[in-house]
Amino acid sequence: MTANDPSPNHLQLTRDGQLRHFLTLDGLSQALLTDILDTADSFIEVGERRIKKVPLLRGRTVVNLFFESSTRTRSTFELAAKRLSADVLNLDISTSATSKGESLSDTLLNLEAMASDMFVVRHSQSGAPHFIAESVTPGVAIINAGDGRHAHPTQAMLDMLTIRQHKGRFAGLKVAIVGDVLHSRVARSQIRALNVLGAEEVRVIAPGTLLPRDVEDLGCTVEYDMARGMKDLDVVIMLRLQKERMEGALLPSEREFYRQYGLNQDKLALANPGCIVMHPGPINRGVEIESAVADGPQSVILSQVTNGIAIRMAVMSMAMGGQMAERQQKQQEEQA
Amino acid sequence: MTALLEIDELLDALESGLRRILSERGVESPLLIGIRTGGVWLADALGKRLGIEQPYGELDISFYRDDFSRIGLNPRVTPSSLPFDTEGRDIILIDDVIMSGRTIRAAMNEIFDYGRPASIILATLIDMGARELPIQPDVVGRALTLEAHQRVKLRGPEPLRIELQESGQ
Repeated sequence: MTANDPSPNHLQLTRDGQLRHFLTLDGLSQALLTDILDTADSFIEVGERRIKKVPLLRGRTVVNLFFESSTRTRSTFELAAKRLSADVLNLDISTSATSKGESLSDTLLNLEAMASDMFVVRHSQSGAPHFIAESVTPGVAIINAGDGRHAHPTQAMLDMLTIRQHKGRFAGLKVAIVGDVLHSRVARSQIRALNVLGAEEVRVIAPGTLLPRDVEDLGCTVEYDMARGMKDLDVVIMLRLQKERMEGALLPSEREFYRQYGLNQDKLALANPGCIVMHPGPINRGVEIESAVADGPQSVILSQVTNGIAIRMAVMSMAMGGQMAERQQKQQEEQA
Repeated sequence: MTALLEIDELLDALESGLRRILSERGVESPLLIGIRTGGVWLADALGKRLGIEQPYGELDISFYRDDFSRIGLNPRVTPSSLPFDTEGRDIILIDDVIMSGRTIRAAMNEIFDYGRPASIILATLIDMGARELPIQPDVVGRALTLEAHQRVKLRGPEPLRIELQESGQ
């Protein structure tokens, strides 16, 4: 597996620079990320219509291939595919064939035999979607719905859409990401997206035990003290404490974590007045965030969910479009 | 490039054609919908001429195009905006140029996803012929036959003008 491939774009993009898989934000240009956000804006309008469906993926089959369980991400991908008129198959592999000993390659061969056009992949192993994109039949698009600690690009992009909706821009914004950065694939993708889109400062706020080594190399500043870290913020993104990923005692106790890094109204008051509060969900109330903040006027957590559908519609239709345009081009070249 | 077509003459023709058809059909309060981009400029101009106070709607048909499977998604898609309920209403659908008829098919499919209109009247500024689908405008500003290397394009919004482009020369 090649999770750290420095130039995944030979895989993600067509020769014309159109998306054909969506695996990571690494290497994608500001122009392409902006195209994704603009396209998603148009899909938000579709979600407000009487009939919330467009025919783009009519007759296509999308397989949600979840090797790791998830409710929100899977259901928003499912709804996104259905609003694009695709047929959707949900496979929870963590409880299925692989536990009977079938290999990943065999699972994929079987699914391809069902004439699938797109796999939405979540896997606990970093690089799994990349591996699948390399081995899948040409013409099938792969969308990364979260791989190990590596990336969760659609979550990062729906967060960017939410920020743009509320702030109108990225230039000049100071954004903090608070909490369990170490285990967070979301944080990695967010830092990348914010840098590419031109945020002024990306700050991570966390105890040293929940930060990856050389975290600054991702393109952020580091603050261990939350009160200092909240200063001048326009956006604060809380991360979920990934209890299921904690190996060994990285934390003194949940209560101590909440005291130091939990977001409450007092800490939020230290940020800029219009600072918005985000959280990828599911939230642990009283562990990362106080209910009064999560449900308060500065919280945009529920618009993140709505935006998740639009972003996934955008990425799925762009990747499928790229695959089809590429196929068409190859056919024309063969005829010529 | 020569501007051989006077925009005002074509708009006059569209306006009088629309007045005639609206009165023939007994339509009293039509809604205007323009197809981006040229059709929207025309919806603006015709709305003023016909005295329609209701703001016009704007359609971006990118999500309904039948060539998605050949060329992918238009990267310049913008949100459609219909600032009214279309259910049971009479609609005037406007585009700048009609050729194959595919754009109009896509636009009608999109309109029906907002509700079921009572009727749709199709108005186009220029009819280039070369139809590939059984779709005909009700009102046309001017029918044109061009050479293979010629293209016609509406420029706007202020001022609106029609350009005849000689391509490949």
